[in-house]
Amino acid sequence: MPERKESTKVSQVADSRSQGEDLRVIGVPRRRVDGRAKVTGQTRFADDIFLPRTAHCKLLRSPHPHARIRKIDTSRALAHPGVYLVLTGKDLPMQYGILPVSQDEQALCVNHVRHVGDPVAAVIAREELTAFEALDLIDVDYEILTTISDPEQALATPEPRIHEYGEEGNIHKFVALEFGNVEQGVAEADEIFEDTFFYQGSTHLPIEQHASVAIKDPDGKLTIWSSTQTPHYLHRALAKVLEMPPAHIRVIATPNGGGFGGKSDPFNHEIVVAKAALLLDRPVKICLTREEVFYCHRGRHPVLMKFRTGVKKDGTITGMHLRTLIDGGAYGSYGVASTYYAGALQTTTYHIPRYRYEGCRTFTNKPPCGPKRGHGTPQPRFGQEVQLDKIAEKLKMDPADLRLRILESPNAVTANFLRLGTVNLTECIRRVVRVSDWKNKFRKLPEGHGVGIACSAYLTGAGLPIYWNKMPHSGVQLKFDRGGGVSIFCGATEIGQGSDDVLASIVAEVLGIDPFDVRLFTGDTDLGPVDLGSYSSRVTLMAGNAALQAAERGKALLAEAVALKCEVPKERLRFADKRVFDSAAPDKGVSFPEAVCLAEARFGTIGTVGSYTPPESPARYKGGGVGPSPTYSYTAAVVEVQVHPVTGWVHVPKVCIAHDIGRALNPTLARGQVEGSVYMGLGEALMEEQEFRRLPQRLSHALVHKFPSLLEYKSPTSLDMPEVVTELVEDPDPRGPFGAKEVGQGPLLPIMPAVANAVYDAVGVRIDEVPITPEKVMKALADKKAGREPRFGPDHFPHINWPEALRVPPPWEGGDGNAVNDVHREKPRAVKEKVLAP
Amino acid sequence: MMRLPLFEFRAPQTVLEAVRILDGEGPKAMPLAGGTDLLPNMKRRQQVPKALMSLNHIPELHQKTLSDSGSRLGACLTLSEIAADAGFRNGMTALAQAASFVATPQIRNMATLGGNLCLDTRCNYYDQNYEWRKAIGFCLKKDGDTCWVAPSSSKCMAVSSTDTAPALMALGARVRLVSRLGEREVPLTELYQNDGIHYIKRRPNELLTEVLLDSLRGWKSAYWKLRRRGSFDFPVLSVAAAAKLSGTGVVEAARIVVGSVACLPLVAREASELLVGRPLNQGTIAEAAALAARIAKPLDNTDFDMTWRKRVTAEFVTYALRELRGEDMRGERLLLTRHSSSL
Repeated sequence: MPERKESTKVSQVADSRSQGEDLRVIGVPRRRVDGRAKVTGQTRFADDIFLPRTAHCKLLRSPHPHARIRKIDTSRALAHPGVYLVLTGKDLPMQYGILPVSQDEQALCVNHVRHVGDPVAAVIAREELTAFEALDLIDVDYEILTTISDPEQALATPEPRIHEYGEEGNIHKFVALEFGNVEQGVAEADEIFEDTFFYQGSTHLPIEQHASVAIKDPDGKLTIWSSTQTPHYLHRALAKVLEMPPAHIRVIATPNGGGFGGKSDPFNHEIVVAKAALLLDRPVKICLTREEVFYCHRGRHPVLMKFRTGVKKDGTITGMHLRTLIDGGAYGSYGVASTYYAGALQTTTYHIPRYRYEGCRTFTNKPPCGPKRGHGTPQPRFGQEVQLDKIAEKLKMDPADLRLRILESPNAVTANFLRLGTVNLTECIRRVVRVSDWKNKFRKLPEGHGVGIACSAYLTGAGLPIYWNKMPHSGVQLKFDRGGGVSIFCGATEIGQGSDDVLASIVAEVLGIDPFDVRLFTGDTDLGPVDLGSYSSRVTLMAGNAALQAAERGKALLAEAVALKCEVPKERLRFADKRVFDSAAPDKGVSFPEAVCLAEARFGTIGTVGSYTPPESPARYKGGGVGPSPTYSYTAAVVEVQVHPVTGWVHVPKVCIAHDIGRALNPTLARGQVEGSVYMGLGEALMEEQEFRRLPQRLSHALVHKFPSLLEYKSPTSLDMPEVVTELVEDPDPRGPFGAKEVGQGPLLPIMPAVANAVYDAVGVRIDEVPITPEKVMKALADKKAGREPRFGPDHFPHINWPEALRVPPPWEGGDGNAVNDVHREKPRAVKEKVLAP
Repeated sequence: MMRLPLFEFRAPQTVLEAVRILDGEGPKAMPLAGGTDLLPNMKRRQQVPKALMSLNHIPELHQKTLSDSGSRLGACLTLSEIAADAGFRNGMTALAQAASFVATPQIRNMATLGGNLCLDTRCNYYDQNYEWRKAIGFCLKKDGDTCWVAPSSSKCMAVSSTDTAPALMALGARVRLVSRLGEREVPLTELYQNDGIHYIKRRPNELLTEVLLDSLRGWKSAYWKLRRRGSFDFPVLSVAAAAKLSGTGVVEAARIVVGSVACLPLVAREASELLVGRPLNQGTIAEAAALAARIAKPLDNTDFDMTWRKRVTAEFVTYALRELRGEDMRGERLLLTRHSSSL
């Protein structure tokens, strides 16, 4: 079937919506299709896969934060009874990485270890215990190198380099972009605000530890089951490192017990078990320990940031200048994208006519940072929303009213050329103000009690893929069975967020059947067409639109056959309640299985496909590939706090949150995502820290994770959760399937700044960093009492030699989306040519 | 995942049989009660016993006798049983509170009173798995020669983290230790010592079989626990207070114990003595709290900032004493501990 053009795809979506006055599945709170398996413990996670003759793998990891490997002697381990195989870096030398521009990882370090926990060798043995014991029998001779423990040290220490690539020394990536003359913008302001913030790193903490099982198939091919959010990208990395044809590799993403971005990179342990299975011709399994999950990390980057913002007396922003210094850890991971993201979405909530962003990501000898829920954007969102609270106070305005005045408009193209979709932030703010009783609480509660407000926006799917290509971002195949069953084949990956349920509900709605009549074959690179993965909140919109197109195409075939049989014009046929019938005479029609049989008799075997490609972005400057999305979700939150005046203890009794979701396909799951975001946001706001310890130089001088355990890495428990009042704001966006936008990440973003703003309302101290711990509040309270500045936060932003910014005139200054001073580009990008994602 | 090392397993039916096994195997055998602390420690290779001896099949360790004239609590009573039994109220409220605040419901269903009293001391540099400890060159408590908390110290500074010991010390409890050669009763205040490695005076061939309490008629007690979250966490500061009050509200006898700030729970003697003969009014409580807080010298080896832990000690002693006085402390309990019930 020929691929339809973009324009018809959009109108097709509109058709479904107009028919959708009487939706039977979409919008109805339902039990999720995979719910029974989950609650009865029958979901098969990667570690639940038990195959005969399985061998077990353990990784020997570097005990040093930074060292060269002089020599590895594996002979004693190989001689240990029960050991089948020992692998080292020379067995898997090919470099890989999630982004084409940072292919800086090796499955096992060849000659350079970059953080405590970097893997240097693998033991595969009959028993996991044997493999563990044999790790101690591997002799590694290290030459210790200077440890770079934080970004400021990285700036000051160009040698030794952690990587041989990057901008210079230990600076991985510079970003410098200017959209209009910010200095002129700030000069036009009535008030100028300069604030420095620090956002501590945190990790994803999925309950399921990463696990993988690989086998060599009887025909010599490779199959790997893995807890991954991105089977397609893993597929590519395996083909590269194992130097095998992709056609001989099958990746099956097992349902993930939580991902949150932590399972979005191809990982060393996945490559190692694949290699071992091929060499041994037997299944090889690994299940990481919790400590090892902390070493995989790819979590929230610690970010030091400085905002300089000019505003008019009425709150209008005249210009904003943001600088960030980002602690990247030991590898690139998604870091280049993270560095762009840290400056990308400031313009999506409030109108900022002139905007400048400078970001610097450094390498350090710690586990690599990467994408965690909200990827790169919660840190600057924290600074922006706390600064806005300070602005409102200075201007003597209610911070909710201030925000309402300066909101960006629907369908606008922002200063940095992001094209927005529907924007219902006004309604979100009004709702949270109402349900939280904001007007009677803000600055009116007794000492120690306070409320704070913050807003945010997030992508509904990254507009560009990770590697440059013109193919769809998501594909769906449907197979129609004579018995009335419909099978969905799609690469989309269920990580607990409900991606299977999204696919089933859309197909069921279009075809008038029950979601439980649908069978799902997802996350399998052999069975389904490519979906890029469960990241960037892309599945509902992208896989959803692909499923919608495939279902509509199937529906058209069935309608034609039924119309002929029933002698009814096909336009009058309706698909509902597992029947296909005349909407003018509902008794006249056939059952859904009969409809399939009629169609099969007429057209042959019924199978349809659908796919989705995001619209072109107007951003054509270098770096403009990060930030575009088909549409954006919006959120507003009011957090209530109680602050203990002596101990500084912060308690959160209630959170009110409103999320502009377009349409909730399954409101039960949508609310779960919002509450889960509140939970994770409170963890980052109040306690979570990816903290490291530097031991004294005269002794071991190790730089180790302070406490890589589920017990001592503090994340809230159910007892620490407040009451959450969730408001779903539904105004269908024509770009999403049935109007749906994302809900998995956006609702996290306003929580952290809203907590900080509430603490200020409660006790009058500013905590300009997260986590907001009691000792910080206590210190700020003591400063307040002593008449000093009642604030806890970073006191400086270091000097950085920024490169010259790419100057991109914003749309209202006649810009066309290109930079005017990009010397590396011979001519401006043409409208039709896409901009490469970094 | 982390695997247990191999070990022999013994399951005696009587105390006599158990102490014979301990005597025969020597220090390489360890009693296994709930296993909630020992088994994870073994996975991290903090303890690698040659043999584990289950106490689960010894009926007398599961017995309890509660009476007005005194009580006997078998060492294998689970913390859930203690938290749920209304018999542990009034005088023994501190014990019930302490038991109910340990870890999580699932762990309390397994964990035992005796196990919690013998709980290994804890430290951020010690409660790590094998590879982590190897990366720092190990520590004084296990496999190394440096105490990372206090590198110049020749003594291990690991922290006593038991919830029930401070509570039972405030209640004046004794424990019975049985060995093949006989048995002895030791006041709980004398069971522990100020050394993170040799924190308990139980000899390897002795089994802690029961906890003994004298009559607590006229006594009231309370337990306050500081931790980051409402569940899971070990205490980073604990305060147990017990007092016998006269009809007019004058303190006739009192014991305040501050836990989780040293290698052993500390009896705040000066503060306790100060209370005697005085009514529990605001002034008395403030004086006692200041005295009790003076003995707390937390180090940087648990969750939270140590200076902050030190500063909130007096506050927590105040809460415990105010609760003894009969004040409604549910608001503070909910705010600071996520638990509204004072039992």
